[in-house]
Amino acid sequence: MSLPPASRVSSGADRRDGGERPFRVIGTRVAKLDAVEKVTGAVQYLPDLDVPGMVWGKILRTSVPHARIKRLDTRRAEALPGVLGVVTGQNVEQRPFGYAKDHLALKRDVVRCIRDEVAAVAAETEAIAEAACQLIDVEYEELPAVFDPEAARRPGAPQIHPQFPGNLVNFAYAFSAGDVERAFREADVVVEGTYRLPYVTTACLGTMAAIAQWDPRGQLTMWSTTQIPFLYQRDLAEALGISGDRIRVLQPPVGGNFGRGLDLYPIDIIAALLARHVQRPVKIVFDRDEEFLASPTREPCIFTLRTAARADGRLLGRDAKVVIDNGAYVSWGSTTPYVMMTTLAGFYRCPAIRFDTAIVYTNNVYSGSMRGYGNLESTFAVEAQMDDLAERLGLDRLEIRRQNANRPGDVTPQGLRITSCALTECFEAAARDIQRPVARPPRPGWKRGIGYAGMFHVGGGARVYRSDGCGAIVKLDDFGKVTLITGASEIGQGSETVLAMIVAEELGVPFGRVEVVNSDTQVKPWDVGVHASRTTFIAGNAALLAAKDVRRQLLELAAPQLDEPVEALDVEDGFVVVRGSSQRRIGYERVVRAGHFREGGRILIGQAFYDPPTQMLDKEFRGNVSVTYGFAAQAALVEVEEATGKVEVLRVASAHDVGRALNPVGCEGQIEGGIHMGLGYCLTEELRLQEGRVLNPGFLDYKLLTAPDMPEILITLIETVDEAGPFGAKGLGEAGTIPVSAAVANAVKDAVGVRMTELPMTPERVYRAVRAAATTRKGERPCG
Amino acid sequence: MADRQPLVLGVNGRTVRREVSGERTLLEFLRDDLRLTGTNLACDSGDCGACTVLVDGRPYTACLVLALDAEGQEVTTVEGLAARWQSQSGASPPALHPVQQGFLDEGGAQCGFCTAGMIVAAVGLLEEDPDPTEAEVRAGLEGNLCRCTGYVKIIQAVLAAAERMRVARRATS
Repeated sequence: MSLPPASRVSSGADRRDGGERPFRVIGTRVAKLDAVEKVTGAVQYLPDLDVPGMVWGKILRTSVPHARIKRLDTRRAEALPGVLGVVTGQNVEQRPFGYAKDHLALKRDVVRCIRDEVAAVAAETEAIAEAACQLIDVEYEELPAVFDPEAARRPGAPQIHPQFPGNLVNFAYAFSAGDVERAFREADVVVEGTYRLPYVTTACLGTMAAIAQWDPRGQLTMWSTTQIPFLYQRDLAEALGISGDRIRVLQPPVGGNFGRGLDLYPIDIIAALLARHVQRPVKIVFDRDEEFLASPTREPCIFTLRTAARADGRLLGRDAKVVIDNGAYVSWGSTTPYVMMTTLAGFYRCPAIRFDTAIVYTNNVYSGSMRGYGNLESTFAVEAQMDDLAERLGLDRLEIRRQNANRPGDVTPQGLRITSCALTECFEAAARDIQRPVARPPRPGWKRGIGYAGMFHVGGGARVYRSDGCGAIVKLDDFGKVTLITGASEIGQGSETVLAMIVAEELGVPFGRVEVVNSDTQVKPWDVGVHASRTTFIAGNAALLAAKDVRRQLLELAAPQLDEPVEALDVEDGFVVVRGSSQRRIGYERVVRAGHFREGGRILIGQAFYDPPTQMLDKEFRGNVSVTYGFAAQAALVEVEEATGKVEVLRVASAHDVGRALNPVGCEGQIEGGIHMGLGYCLTEELRLQEGRVLNPGFLDYKLLTAPDMPEILITLIETVDEAGPFGAKGLGEAGTIPVSAAVANAVKDAVGVRMTELPMTPERVYRAVRAAATTRKGERPCG
Repeated sequence: MADRQPLVLGVNGRTVRREVSGERTLLEFLRDDLRLTGTNLACDSGDCGACTVLVDGRPYTACLVLALDAEGQEVTTVEGLAARWQSQSGASPPALHPVQQGFLDEGGAQCGFCTAGMIVAAVGLLEEDPDPTEAEVRAGLEGNLCRCTGYVKIIQAVLAAAERMRVARRATS
């Protein structure tokens, strides 16, 4: 048996960020707060919930990707027994929504992609609602459609939105720094390539779902799978034409998200419209086909990159042009270049940068946000060219990376300030682990190779919105129990657990005494949402500040009871203690009760709002968007069978600068799951579209990696103890996903000598590349 | 309804009598009729394993089994695992089956949507083979998809549970 060993944590400091006692909770392996509910099946996901009087909603989508709706007749559906009502673009009031306000939840005149919603039914059962959808008569007049972003940019291409001529989304993401022309002119070597990256989708096990309920006062309660409850509240209010204060958002446990919940989607608006129309609560749950068809995808793109370097390997310049297939509507996913650019301009030291994009409307399904978005694509291109440079210059692949690695104190051309940074150490750790002996002997017909790739990502929030803030409230009750009410959302990643650990540590209580309330916008303080690996850092700092606030109040209240000044007091194990005299102590519950029952009483509630000292990117895309940055390096060991093109990954060594590992089991879980998602992107996953239609809307044809497919994973967590992080921690949620495909592609190159430029690396693609290389070699030989 | 037929089966150690229609799946029956919502619906086509239950001790994806086909058999869902282990091991009432405990200790659940099916499948595996290798555990869970964990901690949890179950059985035999 070769079970991966527990991850190693290497750290310069044992404890203490100026603290006095050793950590009690931080750094221990803690089971998730919701683990018991999840392993016993007691957890109630949104599909498990019933609201009294609730009925089922189903959405009818277009049958053609681009068409004018000529006629829409819902009478036969409405006549079906058990149907309560049907909504269409004609019988409800709705307002445009989305990042560019370029669509309506229920399309009125024109459908622009196969996902488009044309009607929705509410019925007593899901089966009746589904049957009723089939009874809606829609007549379409098909319009010329375009499915290729390059074709969509050509003159005369079908126009998708009249207000966006040339099918160009009107976001210009262009950045330049330094003298790019000179860099390429004076370079000793230039490498270039075009990389084609596919549609993939989050494929969460729990599908998207919503319940909408209006009360007689016109207040709307939404149970949602969103991960941005407060922005959602505002966006949904706008789409419905009501004020945000009339909407309450509840977030039951969700079966995965990974960025899926970063936008408002038609499902939520339609649930609300249907519920209002039939005056009953309405529940909509996507079935699996629908999830593949209608939930957001990663943005497919064509990434063209040139890199210039000196003979000694030092980078001189990069020049990138990215064409992104936006699909039919703009979502937050269309801001992907923002992240692509950051890596392109900031990962490894490179003085001259040019980055440009074209984001193009097509009649394909539209993309959204997915874990690590923008960075997987950019890292794939950048790291391919680091290897290509090393090969051309005859340099060691690790040496060229070490030479160009970011270091503490660096400022990237965009103005990102690197503070803590262990990128070089990450490469050393990954290189060491990938060289360890492998149990499986080499197989005839298979060639082995090793590849490396690093990554750089925001690790201290990301000021994408005007605020990057999160609120927290910590309440201490008269049983000594602590409740953290946080704006941050739990989406399965374990954030509530790590936040509870932070509070327990600061307040000196056992972990089990902290409860977390985080799923009701009517109760919890504001937060931007779950994205950019920000929750541990941002919500962690907010929770820490709120805990400090309540701790101060606790000591103030206890001081007269212990007849000591506040400065003489400390907290320990649920007691306020007199320093240096540990038998003089008083339990929290007694302190709090004194507050409740004495004259001039008070309650013990601490609060904080943490909005980090960062900048939004300005018009020229400059600004320090994150307080600190996360770094990682991965090494992949692969075997490639030349006769079939099959790639098997035997091991991934993954080393991460995490600042501090607050809950190592959570850190590992994020990395391991991230590697799974990254390997899927690399090897097997692709949402295949043909003429705008999704060809593989199911797990049988959209291949997630299974347990036997997964390689051995060796993790190293490197603790740089970031000065701005809560107990030194930095963001980690996306890091494991980002470099995997680049490392594997570099390993395939090492194994069989071919540079794979298109994902996923299916056996067919690898086989063809190997054959083509062999043919070229043969063809070259006679000429010498 | 006219097409309903009587159904008698065991569910988590209790005898259940209901009338169900012929097309009702075992998954719908468990979730909607018995309100045992621990078993999740994720694909409805037998491709993901999230709805795995034991029927007479063998794992099945409940979305592909008709409720009437379980007539006379014993169905165990995630909600019934602790009691199942108690009856098998003779241990004093445990709060959790060793596989559930393994998932808890090792961090085998993240979003948790695959967890019930994964745990039930693992229990079926360990009842068939109490001492599997790591490769056998991986192969045995091939039909259960997880999007969060990369399976690493799931495999560790199952191997830890196998060890715990062997020790417990030796102690009681």
